[in-house]
Amino acid sequence: MSWCDLTKGRRGRFSAPVLLAAVAASAPAFAGAPPGATACTGCHGPAALDTAIPSLDAHAAADIVDQMQAFRTGQRDATVMGRIAKGFSDEETRAIAEWLAQPEAARHAEP
Amino acid sequence: MPSRRAVLGVAAASVAAAAFPLPQLRAQARPRVVVIGGGFAGASCARALKQMDRDLAVTLVEPEAAYVACPFSNTVLAGLRGIEAQTFGYDGLGDVGLIRKRAVAVDAERGRVRLNDGTNIDYARLVLAPGIELNFDALPGYDAAAAEIMPHAWKAGPQTLLLRDQLAAIQDGGTVILSAPANPFRCPPGPYERASLIAHYLKTSKPRSKLIILDAKDAFSKQRLFEAAWQELYPGLIEWVPLSAGGQVTEVDAATRTFVTEFGSHKADVASVIPPQRAGAIAQVAGVADQTGWCPIDPVTFESQLRPGIHVIGDAAIGGAMPKSAFSANAQAKACAAAVAALLREREPTQPKLINTCYSLVAPDYGISIAGVYQPRDGLLAEVEGAGGTSPLDAAKEVRELEAAYAEDWFRTITSEVFG
Ligand SMILES: Cc1cc2nc3c(=O)[nH]c(=O)nc-3n(C[C@H](O)[C@H](O)[C@H](O)COP(=O)(O)OP(=O)(O)OC[C@H]3O[C@@H](n4cnc5c(N)ncnc54)[C@H](O)[C@@H]3O)c2cc1C
Repeated sequence: MSWCDLTKGRRGRFSAPVLLAAVAASAPAFAGAPPGATACTGCHGPAALDTAIPSLDAHAAADIVDQMQAFRTGQRDATVMGRIAKGFSDEETRAIAEWLAQPEAARHAEP
Repeated sequence: MPSRRAVLGVAAASVAAAAFPLPQLRAQARPRVVVIGGGFAGASCARALKQMDRDLAVTLVEPEAAYVACPFSNTVLAGLRGIEAQTFGYDGLGDVGLIRKRAVAVDAERGRVRLNDGTNIDYARLVLAPGIELNFDALPGYDAAAAEIMPHAWKAGPQTLLLRDQLAAIQDGGTVILSAPANPFRCPPGPYERASLIAHYLKTSKPRSKLIILDAKDAFSKQRLFEAAWQELYPGLIEWVPLSAGGQVTEVDAATRTFVTEFGSHKADVASVIPPQRAGAIAQVAGVADQTGWCPIDPVTFESQLRPGIHVIGDAAIGGAMPKSAFSANAQAKACAAAVAALLREREPTQPKLINTCYSLVAPDYGISIAGVYQPRDGLLAEVEGAGGTSPLDAAKEVRELEAAYAEDWFRTITSEVFG
């Protein structure tokens, strides 16, 4: 999928479904990030950085959901995560967790 | 919606295009997004655009060879770290095209940016991320020359080192005065973190000295936490003078390092003036700043409310409830990149949700934080109710230590995300 194809689509009879399908095939996972997901990486970096703030690399979606719930209810001690987890619904949390858990998610600045 | 020509990024080639077979010509013409300013907002946005849609051509315009970060620059003032730890090059930007020039004009009608060497770049969409400019019109006596005597150090770099050296040179028993402006300004807790770390330096090196904060406000970010910590760590050392007690500075005299307020004047041995601010000059030139000096934006796409096709992110934008922080700048940059990538594909941008977390160091091993979650509401970025807030007032020492460690690691993580 290139911009050339896009242009052709436009010059002929352009239809949205064709464009969307093409985009889905070409765009890296980062593009499909659900609301809130891209903000996580401001603090949670790649495992290689080895910081006191845990990396989210290689976590299963279900684990992330459980942790977020534990933060939200105060069951798990936190500095800032309790305050942040309260800002997301169950549904939003699940979507973010699933996105974060994708192995191919280009979350760490790999162009 | 962008115009068709803008989407295709062929505005410049459109005349020639009529004479040649279209497909070949347009095969090379990928939509170009130009990002002005390589700080936390602009560099993040440029990288995120490439990650989100590698078919976009992304150009970052930034005149400086290296970026000197403000977060943690207060530790440099206190002699706790060197400026090298604050300095980042642009080698890690990958496929982003970097142009080491200053943008001097924007032609929004034609989708064109002019650089200081006279060259022009066409864009399908423009992202402006110039940060702040010090508003030298707003405080009588304070201009670029006065800043060489009474440093603002509100853009990190030579100003930071100047203030550090002045602090290192004062006698024990000297008086340090900081002035803080009215809202809004870059980094709401910054002046108080600065006061704290200078107090730490004075307490350990020049314990008979004193620090006064002259404030144009009656309340400030994380106030109760800062005040409790000052009482505990620096009793009698810091005096905060709020607006209602005559804290607003109306004029300064650099020759004598004097701050004039409505209630009298104060002479300092070391003076740091944090003056009123506004969006970087290019925002005014491009016509995206309003009479407040800041840039109104659509909270979903960050597109200017004044000039279509131009998006504004970071400190220059009116972020609603979001503070002017590096964290906000980075979060906004990623949301804006997603919106720009969607608009160029003629897709509906999704409603973003943003986070901000700001850590402040009160001492090297004593951190406090404020966090918030934001979403578009009534045309602004509004706080998600029930979320966010500050560190607890009664936290144990270990928690303060942990927040100090997190502060440092947040800085490492975010700068690696922004600059590679
Ligand atoms: C003392 C201090 C402490 C701080 N601590 C924190 C903290 O702990 N946490 C936090 O989150 N935030 C902190 N901040 C705030 C943070 O520094 C800013 O919010 C952040 O830098 C804003 O990013 P920006 O990209 O909008 O602007 P900037 O970082 O200022 O970047 C703007 C860039 O644009 C370039 N530019 C400007 N005009 C042009 C032009 N015409 N053409 C091309 N390029 C141009 C500039 O050279 C610059 O590189 C602190 C600030 C200060 C002053």
